[in-house]
Amino acid sequence: MRLFTLTAFFVSVTLFGQDYFPKNDGVKTKNNNYTAFTNAKIFITPTQIVDNGTLLIQNGKVVQVGKTVTIPKNTVIEDLKGKSIYPSFIDVFSNFGVKLPEKAKTSGRSAQYESSREGFYWNDHIMPENNAISSFNYDDKKATELRKAGFGVVNSHIHDGIARGTGVLVALNDEATESKRILEDKSAQYFSFKKSIAKAQSYPTSLMGATALMRQLYHDMDWYNKNSIDTKDRSLEALLENKGLVQIFAAGNNGNVMRADKIGDQFGVQYAILAGGDEYENIMAIKATNAKLIVPLNFPKAYDVSNPYEAQYVALKDMRHWNLAPSNPKVLEENSIQFSLTLQDLKSPADFKAQLMKAIDHGLSKTKALEALTTVPSSILGKSNNIGSLQPGRQANFLITSGDIFEKGTTLYENWVQGSKSVINSKDKIDIRGDYKLTTSGITYELSITGDAAKPKITVKKDTLKLDAKIDYTDDWLNISFSTDKKESSRFVALIVPDSEDIEGTLTASNGSTSSVRITKTKPFEEKEKKKNEKGGADLVSVTYPNVGFGSKVKPKQETILFKNATVWTGAAVMETTDVLVKNGKITKIGKDLNQGNTKVVDATGKHLTAGIIDEHSHIAGLSINEAGHNSSAEVKMTDVVDAKDIDIYRNLAGGVTTIQLLHGSANPIGGRSAIIRLKWGESADGLIFQNMPKFIKFALGENVKQSNWQSFSRFPQTRMGVEQVFTDYFQRAKEYDTKKKNGQPVRYDEEMEVLAEILNGERFISCHSYVQSEINMLMKVAEKFSFRVSTFTHILEGYKVADKMAEHGVGGSTFSDWWAYKYEVNDAIPYNAAIMASQGVTVAINSDDAEMSRRLNQEAAKTVKYGGMSEIEAWKTVTLNPAKLLHIDDRVGSIEIGKDADLVLWNDHPLSVYAKAEKTLIEGAIYFDLEKDKMLRKAVKEERNQLINMMLNEKENGGKMQGPKQNKKPKFHCDSL
Amino acid sequence: MKNIYLSLVFGLTIVFGLSAQQTPAPDQTEAITITGATAHIGNGSVIENCTLVFENGKISAIGGTDTQAKGQIIDAAGKHVYPGFIAPGKSLGLIEVNAVRASNDQDEIGDMIPHIRSLIAYNAESKVVESMRPNGVLLGQITPKGGRISGTSSIVQFDAWNWEDAAVKVDDGIHLNWPTTFRRGRWWMGEPRGFQPNKDYQKQVTKVKSFLKNSAAYGKANTPERNLEFEAMQGIFSGEKSLYIYAQGEREIMDAVNTAKVSGVQKIVIVGGYHAHKIVDFLKKNDIPVLVNFTHSLPSYDDDDYDFTFKLPKLLMDAGLLVGLQNASASNFQTRNLPFYAGQVVAQGLEKEKALQLLTGNAAKILGIEGGYGTLEVGKSATLFISDGDALDMRTNKLSRAFIDGRDISLETHQTKLWKRYMNKYEGK
Repeated sequence: MRLFTLTAFFVSVTLFGQDYFPKNDGVKTKNNNYTAFTNAKIFITPTQIVDNGTLLIQNGKVVQVGKTVTIPKNTVIEDLKGKSIYPSFIDVFSNFGVKLPEKAKTSGRSAQYESSREGFYWNDHIMPENNAISSFNYDDKKATELRKAGFGVVNSHIHDGIARGTGVLVALNDEATESKRILEDKSAQYFSFKKSIAKAQSYPTSLMGATALMRQLYHDMDWYNKNSIDTKDRSLEALLENKGLVQIFAAGNNGNVMRADKIGDQFGVQYAILAGGDEYENIMAIKATNAKLIVPLNFPKAYDVSNPYEAQYVALKDMRHWNLAPSNPKVLEENSIQFSLTLQDLKSPADFKAQLMKAIDHGLSKTKALEALTTVPSSILGKSNNIGSLQPGRQANFLITSGDIFEKGTTLYENWVQGSKSVINSKDKIDIRGDYKLTTSGITYELSITGDAAKPKITVKKDTLKLDAKIDYTDDWLNISFSTDKKESSRFVALIVPDSEDIEGTLTASNGSTSSVRITKTKPFEEKEKKKNEKGGADLVSVTYPNVGFGSKVKPKQETILFKNATVWTGAAVMETTDVLVKNGKITKIGKDLNQGNTKVVDATGKHLTAGIIDEHSHIAGLSINEAGHNSSAEVKMTDVVDAKDIDIYRNLAGGVTTIQLLHGSANPIGGRSAIIRLKWGESADGLIFQNMPKFIKFALGENVKQSNWQSFSRFPQTRMGVEQVFTDYFQRAKEYDTKKKNGQPVRYDEEMEVLAEILNGERFISCHSYVQSEINMLMKVAEKFSFRVSTFTHILEGYKVADKMAEHGVGGSTFSDWWAYKYEVNDAIPYNAAIMASQGVTVAINSDDAEMSRRLNQEAAKTVKYGGMSEIEAWKTVTLNPAKLLHIDDRVGSIEIGKDADLVLWNDHPLSVYAKAEKTLIEGAIYFDLEKDKMLRKAVKEERNQLINMMLNEKENGGKMQGPKQNKKPKFHCDSL
Repeated sequence: MKNIYLSLVFGLTIVFGLSAQQTPAPDQTEAITITGATAHIGNGSVIENCTLVFENGKISAIGGTDTQAKGQIIDAAGKHVYPGFIAPGKSLGLIEVNAVRASNDQDEIGDMIPHIRSLIAYNAESKVVESMRPNGVLLGQITPKGGRISGTSSIVQFDAWNWEDAAVKVDDGIHLNWPTTFRRGRWWMGEPRGFQPNKDYQKQVTKVKSFLKNSAAYGKANTPERNLEFEAMQGIFSGEKSLYIYAQGEREIMDAVNTAKVSGVQKIVIVGGYHAHKIVDFLKKNDIPVLVNFTHSLPSYDDDDYDFTFKLPKLLMDAGLLVGLQNASASNFQTRNLPFYAGQVVAQGLEKEKALQLLTGNAAKILGIEGGYGTLEVGKSATLFISDGDALDMRTNKLSRAFIDGRDISLETHQTKLWKRYMNKYEGK
């Protein structure tokens, strides 16, 4: 009864909170009483803790807190002896009360290239004008779930689109109206790399496209702001308006955290970033972002690997993530990274505590855990003065618990939000657990009540005989029923009163006769010591560089190495019994009988030493390859999507490859900017980028850009005639743009135009995917009209038909050794192409465009000897010096010359032979592949797999939650991979 | 009008000039003797300084310098002679340009269609087929693709006027794509892209079992109503045809072999066998040969050894299985690289002559044509070639002559013609 009145009071208080609202259903009075919680252990903040303290609240706010608190007379006092008070939790990345929009219906085969909106930004996935508040519906049921998990305030937004608009900060106070519980209606501005599910506009189709779109958006905002524009763009206006808010980026994995932060750095925005739970594998780089993180507790379930045939599908990296993910919060703490925790990625708030306990078991300190749920989220939201702690003046949002909230057996009694109480478990419920004796009709029964204090279990025994028994303990009433050894039912009912060890109640026998019975306590309840891992925490495997199978525990370092008595392929000649000295990452000496001194010597007798292979056309180590949403995508950068963990990097090293051009695909005439990378297995994505990388862009011609081989008919161009016009149009506009800029006239910064202008100015080179002679000729003529030269035609399968024209234009050819017949435009592709082009003075390279072929490009080069009779030295150049020339890096790599980078391969046989194996592959003097080390890595992979499999089997045996075996594999990319 | 006529003529010339295959060689009329070459027999042995005689399309003598030469002499001193390489499981001649639907005859609709026969659609004038020959690939098993049972293959030689002339062994085998225990996620339906357990595996296996049982039952009766599918299956119970089962995993292979055996299938060949090395005892006990995946493919699992696909044929051969090599899942044009797939295994430590067996003696045995083809032995077809150097290495594979059934075939192709045409253009300048 008392409870009810209290609640009723609070309702009236909140409803009448607004003074200027008229009231017609009663008198307009206020409850200005105080409530004091006394004798509690109070976590005012995670680090400011008082024992036996008092928390005084009034009108939903904290008035005073501490050891000595003056309690006014008009105070309702709650004695919380033995109990604890914590600030309630805050989630900054919630979707509470906000529905996801419905999935767009796509119709027809052709993609939708245009925007479906008017008056907004040109891209439908940019919706900064969306405000979560306008579609917000307070959800009582969800609020109850959240309060049960300890949350008091959540920041909600529409989880849809790249620019998602603003969030709403809401207190989970069922009793209040929106006027009180909405703490902020534009609490933060949200972004992500994911397109809207509600919109069908094709662009961007890729991660790098989304990244580029974000950049262009900021440029456009700036331009819109600084110029008087005679059209209205409500998206840009909203973006400008939201500029001053907290900016939150939903990244979702450690790589994307880096990507998001980089965008922010360029435009002077420091995002708070939703992480992925895998930050541990890249922690130093994550720390360097200085971003506050919002971290999910999305620890994967163990894989069910009980069937060995199925177990092989689960990659080591995934098993390892299962093992290490729970330590992610600890690693963040160790590295002093500020982070908050979120319910994001959990199926239900009910899973939260178990996951949090797991993180704590894995070393997350309780103080940090509490900070991550209170002070850090409030500081991310800029609301430290209002929520997140229990200092005076803050919202009275707090939890009452039986003890340490981060212990397993602790009960959460109450969750107060803005001074409104929600009972999770009655704190007044008396703990009746213990052993009892019940004697009736001369028979003694032994009762043992155990388990959860709020929901106990029972066993009833007569002597040693265990009887069927049930217990129900609801509110203050205890019901026990059991059947006697004669299978007669007995029921015992009692009202539990405080301060009594024994329980008095009524026993109803099976014949209906009742009697008053007292059951007497014989032994108090003792919590069983749970088995703790003695080692203090779980068995954890090590992170490797990169953090996948065949990664190393230590990154390779530059060494001083002397290769003795090798057959050296310098590029110009083959020198027998020659020594090569590598020092500080460079080739420093080449000669006979070099002085070895103290250097490490590799006996290369009978072996061949060559420069590392360079693949002019590769799509390994990329997270996406095509931005196919537009017919030009010069704004995208492959450097934004380098995947340093791709196992094909290692496999390429094993094939002697040291440098590749990670090219954009061929989905559009003007593709994206290249990444020239060195295959430094173990370095971060940025660490792979070739130093002072020459600027390249992919262009494409023919069937792919016409979309001939997939049923798409709506995008210009559909013919080779149209392709020419795309180039002419873009270059003409770029020229005009560049002229304006050079004349100091204002321009709207356009990343595409900037890139195309670089081409016109000779600062950026084109590598153009091409097949038939007509289109090859066409692009050369377009280039000549705009006074620049095409650097490379890649594929260039009919290059042999126009080799003389190519030589005259000065363009190189990077081709397949023997591919043809896979589509109509390669009908006349011949394996003699390389030899013919070379004969006319074209610089010729052999490339792969394929993760398999790339690891044996030496063999592909050999085919130029077979087809067309190139000399072996010239053949070898097609995969070393010539691609280096085409990539404008031949001053640094591509041959063995003094002063060049020590990118070397030691082969056990003639490098053009199918029988040759790379024994060692060096990049800048560090050994990145070694046949001997490979043997050790194989062993390590097997052993670690085995170790983790056993751990998972163990988890299964112990009743852990499992998931089916899976192979999380990214697709292998080619030019036309979408 | 005249112009139209002219351009028509011109057009036709171009079409003929470019697309007609090399004219098939006439029958052998005169004995031919190859002398001085290193002969790689295809059964693991080599004859140095070999004299090889063939007449009427068949090898009549082979041996050392004491062998009597006869007829036309080809001096092949310092060169190498090999039996023609055999390409199993290919749709050569059934599809010309992968992306051009009109040129695609390799995949009929239907799930279990053993009655679909490759031979009658085989284009003996395919430009892709002719491009096999300059690398030594002279025979192929022309195989329908797709579905659960794709159809019936036939073995052909690669120099013929038409499919009838091309046929070496008609309707030699039936091709069954065994269900997989794991399948790719249907990402367009929101599933993750990777592999996950195939919940329908058992159901799919049951369907295959039932089809095999029904086929066997059908064969026992003599009903007036013909069932084309069941009828086509009869050869696998009599042993006249082989059943080629495409399976990679241990469980799939074992399920497949057991199912086929129980149903009374006589000759079983496993095609693929990615994990066959883990169950060699089982395969040996059941006498199952393996047409292993081509080596120029990536490992299926990230944690596999980088060279796993390179060495798999060696692992199986070392274990004592009968092993051949196929690139059934690759584009047809790639099949000319068959010799190099074998060469790749040599780099892993397999002896060269053993690697050669993968494409010759062993392949012939597995395909059931070892009576006429696959090795350089007296009485067998003179289907062979001369290479300047080691034919398993791209660096040295260079054919000067090739013979199919003793016929002196052309090594020119659409591609060599273009080469010469454009070199002439440049050199004529």
